[in-house]
Amino acid sequence: MSLFRYTRAGREPDAPRPPHSPLLWIALIALIAGVLVLAFAWLAGWLGRDRATVQTFTDTIEATGANHPGFRRAHSKGACVSGSFQGTPQGAALSAARVFRQQQVPVLGRLSIGGGDPHGADANARVRSMALQLVSDDGQEWRTAMNSFPFFAVPTTEAFLEQTRAGIPDPATGKPDPAKMAAIAAKYPSAKAFGEWAKTAPWSTSWANTTYNGVNSFRFTNADGHTEVVRWSMRPLAPFEAMDAEQRKQASLDYLSDEFQQRLAKGPVQWEMWATIAAAGDAVNDPSIPWPEDRRQVKLGTLTLTALQPQAGGACNNLNFDPLILPSGIAGSDDPILAARSAVYSESFNRRERELASGKEKAQ
Amino acid sequence: MSRDAGHFNLTARVLHWLMAVLILTMLFVGVTMVASLHWRPMLVDLHRPLGIAILLLALVRLFNRLRHRPPPLPADLPAWQAAAAHASHWVLYGLMLAMPLVGWAMLSAGGYPIQMWKGVLLPPILPHDVALYAALRSAHSLLAYVLFATVVLHLSAALFHLWVRRDGVFQAMAKGSPSASE
Repeated sequence: MSLFRYTRAGREPDAPRPPHSPLLWIALIALIAGVLVLAFAWLAGWLGRDRATVQTFTDTIEATGANHPGFRRAHSKGACVSGSFQGTPQGAALSAARVFRQQQVPVLGRLSIGGGDPHGADANARVRSMALQLVSDDGQEWRTAMNSFPFFAVPTTEAFLEQTRAGIPDPATGKPDPAKMAAIAAKYPSAKAFGEWAKTAPWSTSWANTTYNGVNSFRFTNADGHTEVVRWSMRPLAPFEAMDAEQRKQASLDYLSDEFQQRLAKGPVQWEMWATIAAAGDAVNDPSIPWPEDRRQVKLGTLTLTALQPQAGGACNNLNFDPLILPSGIAGSDDPILAARSAVYSESFNRRERELASGKEKAQ
Repeated sequence: MSRDAGHFNLTARVLHWLMAVLILTMLFVGVTMVASLHWRPMLVDLHRPLGIAILLLALVRLFNRLRHRPPPLPADLPAWQAAAAHASHWVLYGLMLAMPLVGWAMLSAGGYPIQMWKGVLLPPILPHDVALYAALRSAHSLLAYVLFATVVLHLSAALFHLWVRRDGVFQAMAKGSPSASE
């Protein structure tokens, strides 16, 4: 140290130091502090408001419809369900997750309709959804949110935001601008294909006879450490029945809940859970591209639902069905939509829980 | 137990610089993961175990701090600066302990599993409750901003001692006394 000081200053170590200018040093300190504060503010999304963040995405979703404080920002209308899951040995061979080994894993879930209106007519919603929470006896959780569409409409988070923006109603007409929607369909082939699905796929008569698809890809790792990329689906045991436009028009507001309740009165409602295994070259990180039909299918288990309760006051209502809450043996893929869903669900959950806590929600 | 009047003991110095890196990392990880549409899954997996690590280190540090008096501030330091130093140190200790506990409590009240890493979960420390979650989630953000502001002020003050006052306060944490037997 003394050597360093001696040679650098070129003077006797004991000689009085020349006075230093504190202003330059203070400026340097201010610069360091300023850089830290600016970096923090930028990462928080407080600077550059046009940057796509979780908050701007959630704001965009909110702008597509009327505000309904206290409700989920998407899939706002639904009902809580409960039952159990029984895994198969084939499932256990694919993933080390305890849910495939344990007898009768308790399940809490939510059946819902797409869209942000918590008071909308059940039968008018093109998309139907199933969210589940499976808690195994080792305390680990598997949460999943599945939809009745067979593939996602857009390939990336940027496209997802663009599509959501295009869905914001035009103030003049109160409806999304058809030109903007057409532009999305023109830009993304999957959005066009999704539109075709929405137009042509038959509507089912019940939550119970609907297939729900995980759509995003996940990694299953078994006890030997072998990993496969999979997508999962819930295939109903109840036979499919189509519902035509006239029947939908005549259906009551809470048609799906009422119908499901009537089914449960006669007995449990079941689905088989199937995994589709990706082959080399399959689009494992793009949920807008379905995998070929001939991919290996493995039955993972059977879901049995035995009870339904309204979401108001229901056990599922204050649960965030974050698709990345996963047990050992199951992991998320690099699918960007999966990360975006996880992030936006969290923000949506925070907003509605604050609204519920502060009493801002409307009477449910 | 050597009591060195001019320098913090080795345990204090190691913990200080280790935690300085961890806490600053944690603040940036936290603020990024709640805003990013892409990095959340990776960062949230880092955030929880890092938070619990900071909680454990803070307990060790508090124990060491109570057993070893820190070196006194220079006698010529203006009273308001000395008061600010003491107050900021209390805020830093308080938040080092409170932030991880609020985070843990918040996840408990939100009905979330509190995963350290795959297969290792901490038990909930509060019941699943909307009002508790809402309050704790807001508190976690607010306290993070207070902690970040305090850390920036603390760093600025430390550099002021190093470069402007040149009074040995920075060196008391940066290195040991040449004569001290640790």
